[in-house]
Amino acid sequence: MNTHTRQDDQAPEEIERLDADPVNAAWKRKPLYEARKKIFPKRASGRYRQFKWLVMIITLGIYYITPWLRWDRGPFAPDQAVLVDFPNRRFYFFFIEIWPQEFIFVAGLLVMAGFGLFLVTSAVGRAWCGYTCPQTVWVDLFLVVERAIEGDRNARMKLESAPWTGSKFAKRVSKHAIWLLIGVATGGAWIFYFADAPSLLGDFLTGRAPAVAYITVGILTATTYVFGGLMREQVCTYMCPWPRIQAAMLDESSLVVTYNDWRGEPRGKHAKKAAADGLALGDCVDCNACVAVCPMGIDIRDGQQLECITCALCIDACDGVMDKLGRDRGLIAYATLADYQQNMAIATGNGTHAIDPARVRDADGHYHDKVKHFDWRVIFRPRTMLYLLIWSVVGFALLIALLSRDRLELNVLHDRNPQYVLQSNGDIQNGFTVKLLNMIPEPRVIFLSIEGLPGATMTAPGINQPPSRSLAIEVEPDRLREIKLHVTQPKEYISGAVTKFRLVADDKASNEHDAYVANFNAPERK
Amino acid sequence: MSDKHVDEVSGVETTGHVWDGIRELNNPLPRWWLWTFYATIVWAIGYVVLYPAIPLVSGNTKGMLGYSSRGDVAQELSAAKAAQGVLVEQIAQTPISEIEANPELLQFAIAGGSAAFKVNCVQCHGSGAQGFEGYPNLNDDDWLWGGSIDEIYTTITHGIRNGQDDDARFSEMPAFGDMLEPGQIREVAAYVASLSGTPSDEALVEPGKVVFEENCVACHGDNAQGDKEFGAPNLADAIWLYNGTEAGIASQARNPKHGVMPAWGSRLGDATVKQLAVFVHSLGGGQ
Repeated sequence: MNTHTRQDDQAPEEIERLDADPVNAAWKRKPLYEARKKIFPKRASGRYRQFKWLVMIITLGIYYITPWLRWDRGPFAPDQAVLVDFPNRRFYFFFIEIWPQEFIFVAGLLVMAGFGLFLVTSAVGRAWCGYTCPQTVWVDLFLVVERAIEGDRNARMKLESAPWTGSKFAKRVSKHAIWLLIGVATGGAWIFYFADAPSLLGDFLTGRAPAVAYITVGILTATTYVFGGLMREQVCTYMCPWPRIQAAMLDESSLVVTYNDWRGEPRGKHAKKAAADGLALGDCVDCNACVAVCPMGIDIRDGQQLECITCALCIDACDGVMDKLGRDRGLIAYATLADYQQNMAIATGNGTHAIDPARVRDADGHYHDKVKHFDWRVIFRPRTMLYLLIWSVVGFALLIALLSRDRLELNVLHDRNPQYVLQSNGDIQNGFTVKLLNMIPEPRVIFLSIEGLPGATMTAPGINQPPSRSLAIEVEPDRLREIKLHVTQPKEYISGAVTKFRLVADDKASNEHDAYVANFNAPERK
Repeated sequence: MSDKHVDEVSGVETTGHVWDGIRELNNPLPRWWLWTFYATIVWAIGYVVLYPAIPLVSGNTKGMLGYSSRGDVAQELSAAKAAQGVLVEQIAQTPISEIEANPELLQFAIAGGSAAFKVNCVQCHGSGAQGFEGYPNLNDDDWLWGGSIDEIYTTITHGIRNGQDDDARFSEMPAFGDMLEPGQIREVAAYVASLSGTPSDEALVEPGKVVFEENCVACHGDNAQGDKEFGAPNLADAIWLYNGTEAGIASQARNPKHGVMPAWGSRLGDATVKQLAVFVHSLGGGQ
């Protein structure tokens, strides 16, 4: 108990101040969760930006236009060029029609996509992320809208901190409204891949489309709006696994967006003043243009980072600045780690000194001979060639499989119980379930015949033909027909418990055929 | 206090976890992650309120939507039944002899008959309709009461010797053990066995033929070919309902067994019986 009564504000001098902090002192507390730092990417212009516009037009064009392309397949099949027909379990891609059991083709395409990604990444880094990933393309599209309504970087930052006025409100509402419309169009285009596009559009607008269509459009509208408009770089940094896999895919010969600090450092704005002080500055004038245009909000000068999607907009920004200053382009450039390290070794005297621009350039501004520059031949190396080889082999195998695949198939299943049936005259009958697959959109007459098994004849319920060694069976276009087949062999021909014979399906019009080696069972001879 | 390790490059404290020399930075999570976490909690509460969720001592909470997977199945079954209703009705309206001419009805009747067969018929006739001793094989072309679609339909509808249906098939073979001498029974058995080439005592065949002509031809026919009118089996073919050896035939002549089949028409309804008849007729022996 402290009974001391305080009489004076001043602590007596003899009391020592202890070096103690509370564990939860306010200055010590760190936030458990980090608030997002908003990014306002500035519009870039340059050759990579041009290329990205082109890629954006092509990819969005493919996505939106494809379902509306027509492809005539005759009266018995849909005329949509690309169609995933779930109710009938068919997939149409221009001249190719795939049945569910041919899903191996889709698996093969996925293998090709995987190796294609390996190939591209090992050669030119995360080009997929930077140019063609839907997340990147749609964020670009959303940024176009944002810039058109709210202006470029500075205007947007100003608007962000401005008080809520009518004008700000109007801008925000129209921006989000257009984003949502893009979202609806994105989700809307998706459903057209799964049904006849023109009739589905009519049904969709008049409220007669199936509920799943509206639900799908709703979900995709939400994801497009949230990912493309609101979350943007957060998706790439926190949700996508690819940035974490890239380390395994890149090597020292992969082209990645690189800040060449061997010619940029030491950075500084006032070259003349520095020169007067006897200090040589590098090419980087520390204008931060590369940071301002970055859609991920990072500084490429910090080196290769998980966040960097290699969209190359910082290259455009920096090249523009270098052009104005009359210096060489490529302070930020696609470069390999091997080249970069060699140049760094030159600039730092093998790491013994700080970066000195004079080591890589002579007084006239020409690079020394040993300085390495971009060489396109770096793309052709064993690793990328191996990926290309695997990719081509899989592609070639798929192509051969596609060109040589059967459009007429015969599946035969012998009855398990009873395995054979004794007839009153001593003949033996075997039952089979036969499936005939007519995989073209034309009706066909398939001749099913017995090869081998002397004396045997067959009948099928529903096929009104007398017992014979060959039955003509009509199969509807693009359909499977299942029939029950009764094969009977007279007793005088029966040779053993199991006799092998062939069931052959023939299309006499197209000369296609398929065969199955079946067993004919009879009782054991006693 | 444990030693704190601060990463040199980022200046961020590490968690102290090390894997093969790789340390984990103790960075704060993004805040939207926290919001997502809260959203999942809200979702979970909504789910618990709306759907069956919490197990109780017996049973579980039902949820406001009253959803259950059993209910789903019941709904799907009734939808399937409704979808079948049209075809079932059509089968009920169509005379049995005309069903097979309609490919759609034929396919439906075979599938429906197959399902009904598995529930009602396999106990005696076997899962493949292959039959057992005393229960005929329905795959073959030997029919006691006729193998046309009409006759099969009649047999299934009214049954055989069941004493419940006045129109049931009925016949009864006398017990010849009371009427013939044991020697005569052996003779007639040897004769009947010889008709289908079954090994038998040749010395008895000729006298057996005499016994057969005197006692059996009235039902089984002059050539022992049987008579479907009385369900009298063909004794000259390769198929035997009971034991087809000489001794088996003798036993059946002495004290015959008679199969019984229930009348299915009143139990399953006409549409199902029609489907069963079409199915049985399609098995391979139908005439």
